[in-house]
Amino acid sequence: MAQLTHRSANLLKPISAAVFATRGLTTASTTPITVETSLPFTGHKIDPPSRSVETTPQELLSFYRDMALMRRMEIAADSLYKAKLIRGFCHLYDGQEAVAVGMEAAITKKDCIITAYRDHCIYLGRGGTLLETFSELMGRKDGCSKGKGGSMHFYKKDSGFYGGHGIVGAQIPLGCGLAFAQKYNKEEHVTFAMYGDGAANQGQLFEALNMAALWDLPAILVCENNHYGMGTAEWRAAKSPAYYKRGDYVPGLKVDGMDAFAVKQACKFAKEHALKNGPIILEMDTYRYHGHSMSDPGSTYRTRDEITGVRQERDPIERIRKLILAHDLATEKELKDTEKEVRKEVDEAIAKAKESPLADPSELFTNVYVKGFGVESFGADRKEVRAVLP
Amino acid sequence: MAAMLQSVGVASISFPLSEHSTKLPAFAVCSLPVIRSERSSISDSIHGTRRIGKIITKAVTAQAENSASAASKPGHELLLFEALREGLEEEMDRDPRVCVMGEDVGHYGGSYKVTKGLAKKFGDLRVLDTPIAENSFTGMAIGAAMTGLRPVVEGMNMGFLLLAFNQISDNCGMLHYTSGGQFTIPTVIRGPGGVGRQLGAEHSHRLESYFQSIPGIQMVACSTPYNAKGLMKAAIRSENPVVLFEHVLLYNLKERIPDEEYLLSLEEAEMVRPGEHVTILTYSRMRYHVMQAAKTLVNKGYDPEVIDIRSLKPFDLYTIGNSVKKTHRVLIVEECMRTGGIGASLTAAINENFHDYLDAPIVCLSSQDVPTPYAGTLEEWTVVQPAQIVAAVEQLCQ
Repeated sequence: MAQLTHRSANLLKPISAAVFATRGLTTASTTPITVETSLPFTGHKIDPPSRSVETTPQELLSFYRDMALMRRMEIAADSLYKAKLIRGFCHLYDGQEAVAVGMEAAITKKDCIITAYRDHCIYLGRGGTLLETFSELMGRKDGCSKGKGGSMHFYKKDSGFYGGHGIVGAQIPLGCGLAFAQKYNKEEHVTFAMYGDGAANQGQLFEALNMAALWDLPAILVCENNHYGMGTAEWRAAKSPAYYKRGDYVPGLKVDGMDAFAVKQACKFAKEHALKNGPIILEMDTYRYHGHSMSDPGSTYRTRDEITGVRQERDPIERIRKLILAHDLATEKELKDTEKEVRKEVDEAIAKAKESPLADPSELFTNVYVKGFGVESFGADRKEVRAVLP
Repeated sequence: MAAMLQSVGVASISFPLSEHSTKLPAFAVCSLPVIRSERSSISDSIHGTRRIGKIITKAVTAQAENSASAASKPGHELLLFEALREGLEEEMDRDPRVCVMGEDVGHYGGSYKVTKGLAKKFGDLRVLDTPIAENSFTGMAIGAAMTGLRPVVEGMNMGFLLLAFNQISDNCGMLHYTSGGQFTIPTVIRGPGGVGRQLGAEHSHRLESYFQSIPGIQMVACSTPYNAKGLMKAAIRSENPVVLFEHVLLYNLKERIPDEEYLLSLEEAEMVRPGEHVTILTYSRMRYHVMQAAKTLVNKGYDPEVIDIRSLKPFDLYTIGNSVKKTHRVLIVEECMRTGGIGASLTAAINENFHDYLDAPIVCLSSQDVPTPYAGTLEEWTVVQPAQIVAAVEQLCQ
């Protein structure tokens, strides 16, 4: 619980604490509530966990707020991109927030997460701030990678977030390497290596899976199946779109990725499994409302009806909202207020990020090499000093 | 610049190792010790001149002051692959985070015996036998390095690392930059490359040219047991990713190396034979072809200066520049391909920086731009032979 409070505290501003305090204290925020997941889990070579998930009012409210924040952030990023403040590639995560939030609820910051380029919300979930996110997206100095990485290269070493990778599938061997290091150092932690349905056809995934299974590495491979690899639907790219089964000898679990509690349960289950038995594959059945990236309208390969259908029936934030109202943990008005607050927070962060200075030209040469053991980076010619390394 | 070249007697060392330059000079003794200091104190900034710091971490072949004591230093004799193994073993003893990954490195002992006996000593996890999956085990090594481990990746043949090119270029080289400095990738990627004895086209790769444009990595090539051990140790201790190029035909070279621990600087070239008439720049196996040609040249009255550049990225333009200023003629002898090879980059770098000092255009002898043929005679003509080197020097010195 302390971890949840800490995490919410990260995202909460003082004014909103009052809102939760009144509710939280009066409704004994840590009384357990049991929630049923929307769908049962399907297992491959493993017995799936139960559909009943333990949660608390505090967790429900924090899920709502976190997901609302992530949704708001992504929509704000959309507007910033259209205003040409964010350039290049921008891959938005709205619709998939339940995966990020549910996963965080089941693990600690010592467990590692590595993902591909749709990383803004996962970064936020790992403890990144809105200011760092927007600054990085706009290429400013205050960004998490000092403006040198961009949308696809968010990292947060101190909370175990290893990025942020542009090449499809390349992060999976890295993730197995993280798990290898955890095993090497005899830590009781796991690594979640996330990838999409498009990357599920990469050879390096199966190579890495083989090695992880061979050496019993605590690696959990999470396939965020949003059913489209850019513009190609999964049935047109994969002979077997049952991604949780494709590990063959590695057990798999299919999870409804739009239900944050199903995700939480699955990740908890997977962590226990991985620490004892080695790798497991989780397939999160989820959906993205935006196109693949901001350059993709997202409507040439799927119908608008499909998108609105999913939004009406399976939206993750709506589900939590219904749960909160059903358990009478907050009124409609309070939830609306939360959303307004979140919007304000995002707007303030954007304003502050806009004021942040652009990266200095001298930063061009910093961090190419690490200064250590006498290396001074001058470029090939040692006569001309290009930059004095920090 | 002139202030840089000073002889330093005894350096005050705040570094755990002692500096060693006790290699017996195989050729003429240099009268001018070229000593370079690598570490400068952190607070000083450098404004176009290099300061002499306190620590000397490199060793050069020829040391006048030590020539008397050199003969009395015992050392021990070993082959190049044993030197590599010694370096690796010492580093693994010293730091528990150093681990080795590669095909057949563990139980088999390494296809060139570089890791023989290490699996028994350090265990299967530290000397990891991987399946044949270069792309992903290189990726795994990089992921492990992100958390703080220091993996040494062995490519059974350098050419196989082409399969891991994306991991090496994007993740190994660039992660330090794209994460804004949060992650360091202290990996060493090593393996034998070069043209062997009729191994065929796909097993005779010289990947120096392929990797040289990747920002963020350092490349070094070893050529003697002495520099193999020193470079291996320095590469493992470096916080940057280092690609260490070994050569298939050099593994059985024998040499006497010091008993004491020593490291070599990763960015420094080695003065093999000082001279006056022409600067010959070379690395790896071609060093031996050059030295063979040098014998002929000396008999003919020429005095070539031979420098083993060792550091392929970044180039040691300091040593090279001083040599060019002295001799005014440059010959580059390399095993890399002609197109886009190390020689091509080096030619460009020297032209850019030392154009005024050159009396003749730079001549670059490299391998032919062909897949290495199987037939012995054809293979011989793919790489540079000593006769060609002699002819080139004679042409250059007219």
